[in-house]
Order: sequence, then C-alpha cells, then structure tokens
Amino acid sequence: MNLTRIAEIFTGKARPGVSGTDYSQRTKRLVAVFFVVLLVMGLLQAFTPGPFRHFFVDFVLTQSLILGIAASSLIFLSAYGGMISLAQVLMYGMCGFVVGNSVTTLGSKGLKLGLNPWVGVVIGVVVTTFVGFVLGVISSRSSGLYYLMITLSFGVIGTYFFGQVTQLSGFGGVNQVRPPGYIGEPDSATNPERMFYTTLVVAVIVYLLLRYVSRTPFGLTLQGVRDDPVRMNSLGYNVAMHRVWAFTLSAFVASLAGVLYVWEWRSISPTTINLFGIIDLLVIAVIGGILMLEGAWLGAFVFVALENYVRDVLLLNNWIGEDRFRTLVGAVVLVLVLACPDGLVGLRRIRFAIPMSIVGGVVWGTAGGVVIGSGGAISGIIVGAVAGIGFAGLLNLVKEFDWANSMAGSLGKYRLKVSAPRTD
Amino acid sequence: MTDVKLDEGAREPSGRPGLTGRASSHYRRIRTMGWRQLVPRLLLAAVLIFIAVWILFVTEVSSAQAAINEPGRFLRSILDSITNASLYFIVASGFTLIFGLMRTVQMAHGSMFLLAGYIALTFQRERLDINQGISPEQVSASNWLLPLIFAVLIVSGLGLVIQQVFLRWNAGQDLRQAIITIAISIIMADQMTANFGGVAKDITWPREIHGFIETENFRYATHRFFIIGVALGVGGLLWLLLNKTRTGMVIRAGVDDTPMVQALGINVHKVFAVSFALGSALAALGGVIGGSHASLAPSVDAEWLLHSLVVVIIGGLGSLRGAAAGSLLYGLAKSFAPAYLPASLTNYSIIATFAVLAIVLALRPYGMFGRAE
Repeated sequence: MNLTRIAEIFTGKARPGVSGTDYSQRTKRLVAVFFVVLLVMGLLQAFTPGPFRHFFVDFVLTQSLILGIAASSLIFLSAYGGMISLAQVLMYGMCGFVVGNSVTTLGSKGLKLGLNPWVGVVIGVVVTTFVGFVLGVISSRSSGLYYLMITLSFGVIGTYFFGQVTQLSGFGGVNQVRPPGYIGEPDSATNPERMFYTTLVVAVIVYLLLRYVSRTPFGLTLQGVRDDPVRMNSLGYNVAMHRVWAFTLSAFVASLAGVLYVWEWRSISPTTINLFGIIDLLVIAVIGGILMLEGAWLGAFVFVALENYVRDVLLLNNWIGEDRFRTLVGAVVLVLVLACPDGLVGLRRIRFAIPMSIVGGVVWGTAGGVVIGSGGAISGIIVGAVAGIGFAGLLNLVKEFDWANSMAGSLGKYRLKVSAPRTD
Repeated sequence: MTDVKLDEGAREPSGRPGLTGRASSHYRRIRTMGWRQLVPRLLLAAVLIFIAVWILFVTEVSSAQAAINEPGRFLRSILDSITNASLYFIVASGFTLIFGLMRTVQMAHGSMFLLAGYIALTFQRERLDINQGISPEQVSASNWLLPLIFAVLIVSGLGLVIQQVFLRWNAGQDLRQAIITIAISIIMADQMTANFGGVAKDITWPREIHGFIETENFRYATHRFFIIGVALGVGGLLWLLLNKTRTGMVIRAGVDDTPMVQALGINVHKVFAVSFALGSALAALGGVIGGSHASLAPSVDAEWLLHSLVVVIIGGLGSLRGAAAGSLLYGLAKSFAPAYLPASLTNYSIIATFAVLAIVLALRPYGMFGRAE
C-alpha cells in the first residue's frame, strides 16, 4: 500500500463502487490503516508509564482484541458460510469454563483439577472444538434465519446449563483462574503488556488463518454453499458437512478467545455468556460489518471504547446516566443498522466519516479536557470520534433512505413517484 | 434457500397425511425408506420406550419416584407440563404468526412479554393503591382483567409502531430486521430495569381464580387450569381466525406467497400490521398471565425468548399446529426432566431441552410441522 493511496482514501477521492470486490478493496485498506494506528498506539502505550497506560493497554486494547477474535469467528461464518451463528459466545464461554475447571485449585466452585495451565488450554480448546462439531452437526441442515434461531437457543441453553450445574460452575462462576507463568507470575498487574502482546499475536494468527481458509478450496466451496446450496449439492458437494466443518473451525477460533478471556479476567461466570453477552458479540459484528473479517476488531474496539469511555464523558453522562450504557448501545445499533446495514466498513459516506470523527474528537476532547481534565480529554476524543462516525452514518441514512416514498408507502395507496435509482 | 437432500425423496415436506389415508401412506413410507431414514427412527423409538419404561417403573433414585408407585406425582408432572405448554403456546403462537407471515424474527418478543407484565403490575397496584404483598383476597376480577386489557392494548400498539416505523420499509431483509428488533430489545430491557428495578415482582391473581383443587392425596392450584383454558381459547380463536375469516385467508395466502397476494390487489401491509399487533398482543397476554403465574424480573425476557424460539424450532416456524405440538413437547421435557432424572443429576435437567431440540432437528430440520423454504 503506498502513501498516495492512503491519502486518496482519507480524502475520499478514491470512491470506487461499493459493491463486490471494489468495496472490500477500499475498506480493507482503510481498516488496515486503522489497525496500524491502533497497534502503534498500543506499542507506545506499553512503553509509556502514565495514568492511562495500564487502562488503555490492559483494558481497552486487550479486550477489543479478545472480543475481536470471538467476533471474527462469527463474521467468518456469516461472511463465507451464510450462517449467522449466535452460539459463538457459548463456544468461548465453554472454553473459558473448561480451562477454569481444569486449572483452578482454590475458589468456591468447579472441579478444581489444578492442572498445568497449558494442559488446561489444550483440554479447553479440544473440548470446545468437539462440542462445536456436535452443535454444527445438529444445526447443519438449516441456514440463514433458522441457523440464527437454533444457535441462539443453543447459546441461551448453555447459559442455563452453566448456571444450574453447580459441579462445573453455578451462577457465581469459576474464580481465581491461573494464567501460565509468562503472563500470570509474579503478578499481571505489573506487566499487562505481556497479555496484550499474547492477545495481539493470537489475533494476527487468527486473522491470517481465517483469511487463508477462505481462499482454500474448502473456503471457496463454502462460499458456493452460502450462495446456492442446491446447486452445490447437485454438483456433488456435501453441503451439510461444509457447514459442519466451518462451524467447527469457528468454534476453535472462539475457544482461543475463551482462553484469552479467562487469562485476562481470571474468572468466568454464566453472566458472561447470557443473552446480553450473545447480543453484545452480535452487536460488535454488526458495528464492524458482518460481511468482512476485519470488521470484527473494528467493531470490538468501538464497542469496548464506548463501554469504557462513555461513562465519564461530558454531556452524555447527564442525560443517559452512568448505568444506562445498554440503552446507548441499543440506540447506536439501531441507528447503525438503519443507516448503514453493512456496518462501519460499509459506510458509504466515508468522505464525511473521517473528518467528522476528527472534528468530533477534537471538539469533544477539548471540551472534556477544559472541564474535567486530561481524563475527560481522552474520553472526549474517543467518544467524539465515534460520534463523528455516527453522524456520518446519519448522513448516510438521509442519503440512502428514500424517506418520502417510505412515508407515503405507509399511507398505502398514496405513493409518490419513485426517484431515480443510485448509479454508484 | 432450500437444503435439498437428493437421497431423501421419501420425506413429505408438509407433514400432511397423503390422500390414501395416514396408515397406508405410513406403511408405504416405511417400505420405501432406506436404512439412512430407518435407523434414526428406530433409535428414536428406542429412546422413547426407554423414557416411558424409566418413568413408569424404574426410577427409584429420582425425586418423583416411579410413576407406578407415585401416581399422584406423575399426574402432577403431566398437569405441570400442560400448564407450562399452555403458556408457551400463547407466547410462541404470536412469535410464529409474525415469523410465518413476515419472515421477521421478533427478537423483542420476550421484551414485549416482560413489558406487558410490568404494565399490568403497575396498573394493578395503582388501582388497589397497595405497593407490596397484595393477597388474592384483595383482588377482584376487574382488578386483574382491566390491567390485562390495558397491557395488551399498549403492547400491541407498541408492536404496531415498531413494525410501521422500523420494520415495514425493510421487508425482505431478514437479518436487518432481526438486528433491528435486537436493538429494540436491548433498549427495552435496559429501560425496564431502570424503571421497574431488578427485584422480582409478581402480579396477583384475582380471588375468583386463586385457590386449590384438592382430593385426599392430591392438591393443585386452580389458576393453572385457568391458564390451560386460556390457551385452549387462544388456540381455538386463532384457528377460527386463520381458517374461517377473510383476514385469516389473506394471512395464510401471505405466508405462502406474499408477492402474489399483493399482485391480486390486497393491501398486504395492512395484513402485516394486523398480524404484528396480534403477535405482540399474544406476547402481552402471555406476559400478564406469566407474571401472575411466576414472577417478573430483568432476565425473564431472555427466558421467554428462549421458550418461544425452542417451541417454534421444534414445532416448525409459521405453523399454528407446530406451535401447539412444540409447546406440548417442550413442556413435557421441561417438567419431566427435573422430576424424573436421578436426584443427583437434577441440575442437569436443561440438557433435556437441548436433547429434544437436537432430536427433532436431526429428524426434521425445519421442525415437526415446518416446511422447507
């Protein structure tokens, strides 16, 4: 990628059509830029002592990478297999529970096997992948919305399972999970960047793996299955088995996220994987863009940033309140899915989105900095940038959505003249 | 999108009996069946026989004992499952109606259920001017029925608004609609927690319904029979609506082929609106009854979304018969599993739900009465 190209992307001069490969060409590069920026920020933060260092690395970046891995397994299934799976949260939660049960020695609940952390990881990943295979077999003959509903019920059943089975977890969950020595000892609070680097490496590997798989014969067949299962069946491909293997692979990826999750949090409980957790992951995928792998980490970062910074942001706090974060999330998703159903990576008014987010960040950050101090500034910059993107999304909505006809359509027969279709 | 298996031509997609009558077509089906279809069916039969024998004779270690020794406990389990199934049916029939006609997965269905419960609860407490610990003796029939009607009206109105404002212009975009309703359910759940708190509350039954039916060794709450009655009424009315009225005819036609109905000059959007309001009203009815039967708390919406999902997945999406059969099967699994599993395994009873789901999906991917797309 050369610099001219980046500049073109930023200034919005490069505006090829948004359908098909062109769309991913442009946005992929934009997302790549985003990741480079994020990575540099992370690396700088890791070496800079300061009040925000730990929080940003330990919390925001690491958590976005972990959730991004989980979301990428969801997006992989939906983008290449046409299967919207809501069981991914169950998969990563299950891996977390298995690891927790294998390695803990203390704590109130669980089997407390006290195994070596690495053995726990192997057991967790193997068990989860196997369960993923079984669930994949059960749901393999459906697709689309049916798949969504079946996997959603798996996910919710899983929540109740871990809640009720006190031998494994119970509603309190498994606590005091030991990460392996490199990360866990002597104390992770002193070097959270190790966790960050580990997560980063895993995320990169997962991204490359899923990208690679999507280009193998298996991945191409999977895309055929997504587009036309009947035809693929007639051509002699085993449609159901392709879905099963895709789901198994995604369960494997989700299990990696689960391992990282318990290392990061040192505990896991059924509330992690309840309906809200399931919806959160879907929200992340939708924010990022459910049809492109890169969207997973983008969505995760936006989500985690909102979750952590919106609380101490000027203005918002007054009318949303500290505890009403979920209402905000719901509103963001609602606006986003109405305005640009392809998520942030599918934002058409990218020309507005970048300047808007810069302006939003600067204005809100300055305001926050003046009133609250440096903490307010950082939160303001992040939330302002997100708000700027959201504003661009609203413009997208105005541009995309034929309000007049829709409103007239609601009145039944009084339909206005249909406007000319967009050409780009 | 059809998932056609070329080697499974013997399967009837609709599950309707053939022209030659059920018995002979069944016989022919068995004869034409290859081992790939026969083996799972034999396995299923074996499982069912095992469960029946287990419940009737064997289970000494379960909390309910073998049915042959404790017939009262067995009867109670049967009644419990029918009560639960009734409530599942009321709620899930709304879900399946909305899905069948509009292909909209109403993910806010559980939120509608919970909201209706909270509205009725608030209204009942306002009318009685008591804030806590209302006993059924203080509640007259009107103090239960008026909140019910009020909640049903408000929630069906809300459903109508959601459908008109958010879903109508996205017709055909399944996933987008599902995500829209998810966003709505997030907002509703959060706002309900903010306004009604996190403590479990319940609506009080009126004194006319509250009470027990007792014989010498058996005691059962009257309101459970009331729930069964309401479900039968709802099922009957829905059947009449769908099969004997013009609106129902249009709805059924819309389920089969919406563009064709539209082309015939029928205002499909009006039918969509009516169905969405009706579906929400059924969720609301279920919510008020469920809030009186059990309780209302922040996670109840997720629970009822799960119930609706499982029922329609088992029964087949968009089918009223499927909703009835699915809720019955699910209700049986839900109340027999904790009672008849060995006592040490009682907390694994959620597995039964999963097992039912897995078995039905293995045999019929689109549910018992569902049709492939």
